[in-house]
Amino acid sequence: MDKARLASALGAPSAFGQSQFALTRGNAFEARVKADGGAELLRLAHARLDPGAEPPAGAAVPDLSAHGPEGRTARTALALREAAGAGGWTLLDHPMLALDVAGSPAFLEPDAVVVHPDGSWSVVEIKSFPMLDGSADPAKVGAAARQAAVYVLALEEVAARLAPVPRVHHRVLLVCPRDFSNLAAGCAVDVRKQRAVTARQLARLTRIEEIAKVLPKGATFAPDRGAEELTAAVEAVPATYAPECLSACELAFHCRERSREAGAVTRLGRPLRAELGGLTTVEDVLAAARGERGDPDDPAVAALRRAAALRAEALRTAEARACADAEVAALCP
Amino acid sequence: MSLITTLARLEAVSSGRAQPTATVRHRHLSERPLVFVPLTTAGEAGAPLGALVGTDRDAPRLLVVPQPRDRDLRFSFLADLADTVLPYLDSHAESVEAAERTETDPETGKRVKVEVELCADAPQLIVPSRAGLDLVRLLGRSMRFRRTAEQDPEAPHPAPPRIPLLGRWLTHYGERSRVPGSALLLALTDVLSRHWATGQSGLEDQHLGALLAWIDPPDGTRGDEAARGAELARDAAGQLLCPPAGPATDPAFDNKLLAPAIERYDRARTALAAAEDALAADDRLAALTAAEREVRDLVESRTRPTWDAVWRGLDLLRALPQGAHAEERWTRDRWSFTGHRDRVLAGEPPQPRRDDAVTAANKLAAREREQARLEAQEALDDPLVMAGRRLAGEAFAGEVTDVVLAYSEGKRPSPRPLVTVRTDDRPHLAERARVYRSLGGKPQSAELVGQEAEGVLVLRVLDRMGRGREPEPGSVPEKGDRLCFTLFEHEQRGGAKLPDPQDTPWTHGGPPGEPAPEAPDTVTEEDVL
Amino acid sequence: MTTVDFDPGAAAARATDAILHDTLHGTERGVVVDSPPGAGKSTLVVRAALELADAGRPLMIVAQTNAQVDDLVLRLAEKNPDLPVGRLHSSDTDAYDKALDDLPQVRTSARAADLGGLPVVLSTAAKWAHVKVDEPWPHAIVDEAYQMRSDSLLAVAGLFERGLFVGDPGQLDPFAIVGSEQWAGLSYDPSASAVTTLLAHNPALPQHRLPVSWRLPASAAPLVSRAFYPYTPFRSGTGHGDRRLAFAVPSDGSGPDRVIDEAAESGWGLLELPARHTPRTDPEAVRAVAAVVRRLLDRGGAATSERAPGTPLPLTADRIAVGTAHRDQAAAVRAALAELGVADVTVDTANRLQGREYDVTVVLHPLSGRPDATAFHLETGRLCVLASRHRHACIVVCRAGVGDLLDDYPSTEPVQLGTLVKFPDGWEANHAVLAQLSEHRVGWRP
Repeated sequence: MDKARLASALGAPSAFGQSQFALTRGNAFEARVKADGGAELLRLAHARLDPGAEPPAGAAVPDLSAHGPEGRTARTALALREAAGAGGWTLLDHPMLALDVAGSPAFLEPDAVVVHPDGSWSVVEIKSFPMLDGSADPAKVGAAARQAAVYVLALEEVAARLAPVPRVHHRVLLVCPRDFSNLAAGCAVDVRKQRAVTARQLARLTRIEEIAKVLPKGATFAPDRGAEELTAAVEAVPATYAPECLSACELAFHCRERSREAGAVTRLGRPLRAELGGLTTVEDVLAAARGERGDPDDPAVAALRRAAALRAEALRTAEARACADAEVAALCP
Repeated sequence: MSLITTLARLEAVSSGRAQPTATVRHRHLSERPLVFVPLTTAGEAGAPLGALVGTDRDAPRLLVVPQPRDRDLRFSFLADLADTVLPYLDSHAESVEAAERTETDPETGKRVKVEVELCADAPQLIVPSRAGLDLVRLLGRSMRFRRTAEQDPEAPHPAPPRIPLLGRWLTHYGERSRVPGSALLLALTDVLSRHWATGQSGLEDQHLGALLAWIDPPDGTRGDEAARGAELARDAAGQLLCPPAGPATDPAFDNKLLAPAIERYDRARTALAAAEDALAADDRLAALTAAEREVRDLVESRTRPTWDAVWRGLDLLRALPQGAHAEERWTRDRWSFTGHRDRVLAGEPPQPRRDDAVTAANKLAAREREQARLEAQEALDDPLVMAGRRLAGEAFAGEVTDVVLAYSEGKRPSPRPLVTVRTDDRPHLAERARVYRSLGGKPQSAELVGQEAEGVLVLRVLDRMGRGREPEPGSVPEKGDRLCFTLFEHEQRGGAKLPDPQDTPWTHGGPPGEPAPEAPDTVTEEDVL
Repeated sequence: MTTVDFDPGAAAARATDAILHDTLHGTERGVVVDSPPGAGKSTLVVRAALELADAGRPLMIVAQTNAQVDDLVLRLAEKNPDLPVGRLHSSDTDAYDKALDDLPQVRTSARAADLGGLPVVLSTAAKWAHVKVDEPWPHAIVDEAYQMRSDSLLAVAGLFERGLFVGDPGQLDPFAIVGSEQWAGLSYDPSASAVTTLLAHNPALPQHRLPVSWRLPASAAPLVSRAFYPYTPFRSGTGHGDRRLAFAVPSDGSGPDRVIDEAAESGWGLLELPARHTPRTDPEAVRAVAAVVRRLLDRGGAATSERAPGTPLPLTADRIAVGTAHRDQAAAVRAALAELGVADVTVDTANRLQGREYDVTVVLHPLSGRPDATAFHLETGRLCVLASRHRHACIVVCRAGVGDLLDDYPSTEPVQLGTLVKFPDGWEANHAVLAQLSEHRVGWRP
């Protein structure tokens, strides 16, 4: 589903979209890392993930092209099986993996997978954000680690079908531009946490059929439908808007509008709700604070009234102080 | 977030206008700050596209890199930036006053007072948003290890000395801005959202245009509507009406306007290089100048609105009276500036890429101390901040209902009056808890003796009553006084002294050895893609 | 080793012997000991201290809080009343436990010079940081080393030549009140734990693990080990039949009584209130916690354990604790207990319950009734502390819907390059604990 087009059709286009400068730079970097049969990438994989193994020289780079995602997935699985027994380094450039998500197969395309001489597998993520003096933006590294964890799980599904089962490493190789240059820097990232979390999420994820059940009959998300029909369809899908969505989802502006119309307090940030108890709308909270509504024995309501009283008292004090200052100023020309 | 701030945010939602979260200004603002509005190129670390910079709101200096991937153009941008910023810094470095500082005498090991210089004022840098702070650090990092021709005649791209010098200053400012309460380098969105609560999230408050729309909406409009317009409204060509405050640009601007303009610039430059005679060269130079002009105009069109917004934001902040302790914290900033000035003058090398163990620990300790100091001072300066502490049970205000003079036991009994305070607040007081009130700007401590009834507390005053048997006049609360006591201390104790870096213990890697000069960054041809 | 052959006493003794051997006779400058909840950490510290003193090696002991220091002094005094001990304290009022003044062999002072020549001197890391010495101590024991910050170790490491570092990696991590991201990934990140820095610089140091929890019953050790120590498992020192919790008064069929019976039987109980978003001091949940405690006392509980087989000991107020995430929740529970006439039951936050032990704990789940799940509430160590204080049973009071809340807040933690992953994700650990608790659920609408 193309969420960006859907958002535009809903009348709340996302701020997403990529600058062509970033795109060019990212592509050039990935091409550079993978040039010469992936020599640089394999050098980093050897140095950062498996320094005990023989150094990579003349690694195999099998052709993975095939027709359609299913075909490419099968081709990847075959290449992995062959590489596992080959005994040297193998680089799989843009392999395709399938993962069962809520009952449907999702096709995934990691930047690369390397097969070690001992037959084990590692995921490689190539990113265009820099590694400056050995550190990188933690939010971006976190996102890369979560992404890589999904690939690890998908690889484990492939591995489970082989005998003996090849080992899938839980440390992945993150490759980024080094400092201010276009040279590659590599760092091993432990994704055990992210893998465990993703595995649990996949197990609990709302099954797509369950989402489908709550939708009106014949609901459609095709962007060429009218905005009204689309809105109805999108609103039928349960989702909780929070400001973090703005940097993660194309539909965020649409959800923010809905949240605003509903008067939900969460659009100001999730932590805000912590002390508000069962009060979820702006007007409910303000009415409770003003003493117009709410049970005074509810600690949330009681705390709000105390907060409102203290705030009003402080503002009065400040105003009186300002007036006094103004009077003094008037006396001293 | 305190419930008081939450309420202010929700009132902002309801009224469509930002609500105060402070009644005084908690940061010092310079009479003549230097405003810096930079833009960068997407996809590359610290590749500047252009900037507006200066101290005159009506006459900013425009600096532009017409082809951001061209290293020489980038370097000349940085040199121009240094030409603008360094004179501003220097103008503050020269005017000094005499001050005293306690130092450890290297021979006797005793703490002695020495007379030193303190710069009379410090230069203040203002950037629009938090991302601007990061860019200042990144620029500092990219410049301070650059080699000059004098240091290394073989250096492939020697830098004029003012470039590494500016790098060191930007690094110092970037580090200082991590110190709570400091004001040498400020992100305007941070300072504004410290003083006003908007009806949007903290994340959205980083959009300077939207934030200002909430605080000071144009006549006849609601703040929320104006903020949404600032964030999203686009013209017929799909360009944002209020460009983002940077340093990142809007992708639509990059793709539809900037990229074609840069391409034309590139073509004009190639054509000029290929010119075969002077006449053709003249024409082509004119074409190149025009192409460059076009990029400059584009950069100015995207920075000028932010520039004006920054000054408008400063006006709004200046309208607030300055908090009583802000000046004291600014003096610490002046010490910080003076200290770095002295290190540069003494010929010390640039700040290393990474702190050593002792420096890192000292910085962390200093920042934790400053954080505690800031929290205490803001509460003492501002009844609205104190209200938040009272709500949290960390302070209480009330009326003195009874005072009984009592004395300490011992040979020379000192006054230890018992003061009964009636309060509606609910402080989290443990047995014999210490509390403090401000007495002539100094903290007077008391301890909890007991609670007579709900909200009726008996305190024993412990100090600041003079040396005699009778307390000095005015030093003991009187019946009917309205007082505010805090559970937190007003002043911070100094921490333990850490070992010198050359005495780093084995647990932390041992002494780091002689510092090796930091190597410059590798320069790759691939910088130009 | 198979389960049948596992002799916890022998396994623990082997570990202790190896630790003491490395401490007294090893060549490395440090020894690190990981101790899961209730594995005998304090016993080990006291024993190592006595053996070092016996060997004539002057020793300084570093603990993190004054209460911990005082506790160690009392334990040392109990084990060896003839050993002169120094207690270095701050110059604040009430700097140390006045009980120490009754012990003739304990000398207290705020100045290190006054305590020179004593075989053992104890103080907090904060106080030691102000001490200067010409000659370093030959030996130090650093207790609760995982709760000590790296910069705190930096300040005191120059005081000693060799150190034994003991702590529980599963409890709450130390924290800084300001950001420290710029040092993340550095081996000496000042905000990291002291042990992280120590091992990063000295990877060859011998590392030991106490393999047996003597506190946690057989019903709790597997869950706590799996959820919080997945890479360093431990087991219970007792078997399923060794501990018994029984009540003289039969159940009245109410929610509190049913959950008490469930917990007495299985070691775990979840009293689940109807789903509802509430502020932190959810009055219903607070009253439910108080009601459970009241019934625990009223029903004449008796706990039988391996310490005195066949001799049930009454479950008294001092053997029960209530754990919460926040101080205001603890205050609300205290007030609710006072209304029910209950006194002497410890009610505290996870931070303050670290290192303590009770027969039965009643826990207000950190996520109960919350509309959101912040990093604070998901912190692995917080849940680990709350779920590992009991010898017999742990009863958790919680509103329904925490599972859905966790699903709404998938973990999106940032990742710093170069930092070690030692612990499972808080999100994951919460799910694991919740899954186990749901097998012991008693629904109740108060």
